[in-house]
Amino acid sequence: MSKFQWYGEGVPGVSLEELGGWLIVLEGTDGAGRTTHIDLLRQELERAGFAVAETGLTRSDLASRGLRRAKMGNTLGTNAYNLYYATDFADRLEHQIIPALRAGFVMLTDRYIYSLIARAIVRGADPEWIRDVYSFAPKPDAVFYLRIDVPDLVPRTLTTGGFDYWESGMDIPMGNDLYESFTRYQGKLIEQFDHLAEDYQFDTVDAMHGVDEIHEYLWGKVSELVRSERPAPPRIATLP
Amino acid sequence: MNASAPQVRGSYGSHRAEWPGRLFIVEGIDGSGKSTQLTLLSQWLRGEGYPVVFSEWNSSPIVRVTTRRGKQRKLLTPLTFSTIHATDFSDRVEREIIPSLKAGGIVLADRYVYTAFARDVVRGVNARWVRSLYRFAPVPTLAFYFRTPLEVALRRILAARPKLKFYEAGQDLGLHPEATESYKLFQSRILIEYEKMVGEFDLNVMDATLAVQAQQRALRQMVAASLPKLPRKRKPRVSA
Repeated sequence: MSKFQWYGEGVPGVSLEELGGWLIVLEGTDGAGRTTHIDLLRQELERAGFAVAETGLTRSDLASRGLRRAKMGNTLGTNAYNLYYATDFADRLEHQIIPALRAGFVMLTDRYIYSLIARAIVRGADPEWIRDVYSFAPKPDAVFYLRIDVPDLVPRTLTTGGFDYWESGMDIPMGNDLYESFTRYQGKLIEQFDHLAEDYQFDTVDAMHGVDEIHEYLWGKVSELVRSERPAPPRIATLP
Repeated sequence: MNASAPQVRGSYGSHRAEWPGRLFIVEGIDGSGKSTQLTLLSQWLRGEGYPVVFSEWNSSPIVRVTTRRGKQRKLLTPLTFSTIHATDFSDRVEREIIPSLKAGGIVLADRYVYTAFARDVVRGVNARWVRSLYRFAPVPTLAFYFRTPLEVALRRILAARPKLKFYEAGQDLGLHPEATESYKLFQSRILIEYEKMVGEFDLNVMDATLAVQAQQRALRQMVAASLPKLPRKRKPRVSA
């Protein structure tokens, strides 16, 4: 029996029995501190002797280029974007996440299906449908949700490059300018995250605590996780 | 449409909107003659004065960047093959098919969701999942399936000595190392999937072994019965 489970029918041609390692996800809006904490966790894990791999949204070999180009012109239908992101995710799942788990790595994932589900729902996708689209994904061992409210997020965003067009939901403008749209869009995203946190049982962390404090909490959970169970021994593939 | 057909909630088939336009689609394996029939149909409809919109598979220029990359470099897996085609199709639905139907156009599509259902399931994608994936697609006014015996279709295609592409021949499935043999096996499996869908989706079966003009007569007759009334008969601008 594998320790992993799929949300739905899974990836065609992939058996859960092949997967070991750990899948750890950090979720939260931009500016919540995901990157910082992934870096810190990586250092800690490597110090403890665990092999670590990382992935994040739109980093696929297959779709990242096209997706970037599409975003530049913003000429793709809203739902097509949802599915483009799903393609990017599927490619990373099959070519980054699954191979890392097969090799017994700790896979640190900067946002997972939840961010993609949330952004799609805010853009009008049927929640039941978009969750089903992503049901090919494996359930992570842990999902840490760095939660931050819009009023706390605004100053952080201002000091780190300002309001991004997409992070402000300007493709579906929700206000007269970037600031207005940003606050409304992020507010809606956070609302969706809160729903997802309940349904998918995230470990919610208040992102307004200090970096050290949050890290201590995350590392406590992660170290407990990786030490309490051994990854499934890698199977030797049998050639047909 | 058969009203007693079982409607799986949350699956393709739930999107039946009442728009002024009409959507007619043709399906069938390669070499079934469906494209010829659709072209003849469009000429007739245009001659009658209907605003005809021709919608082709694989047409979104932005998504094409990724599809081409995936195919050329053989990066596509059954899962990403499925999602990238759904992305492209979704863009076409949102930006071409639905607006045209709302505007009262007669939309003709050479291949529709059924092509994806057949191909993806043959590749090992879960049948329920892929039907849910395409939930956004409106159900056609009439769907025609050009039934062709495998040998007839293969003879038509292979007589032209085509240069079969890797995915086109289904070589990613590893059925046979040689392209033509792989293609034959792949098409035979696709044919089985089509036959399964006839009852599931009330496809109108057309006998593709009949003479072209006989098929066209039957096709026009069925289409004519579901056409909207033209607002008024206009004289052609240019007199012959």
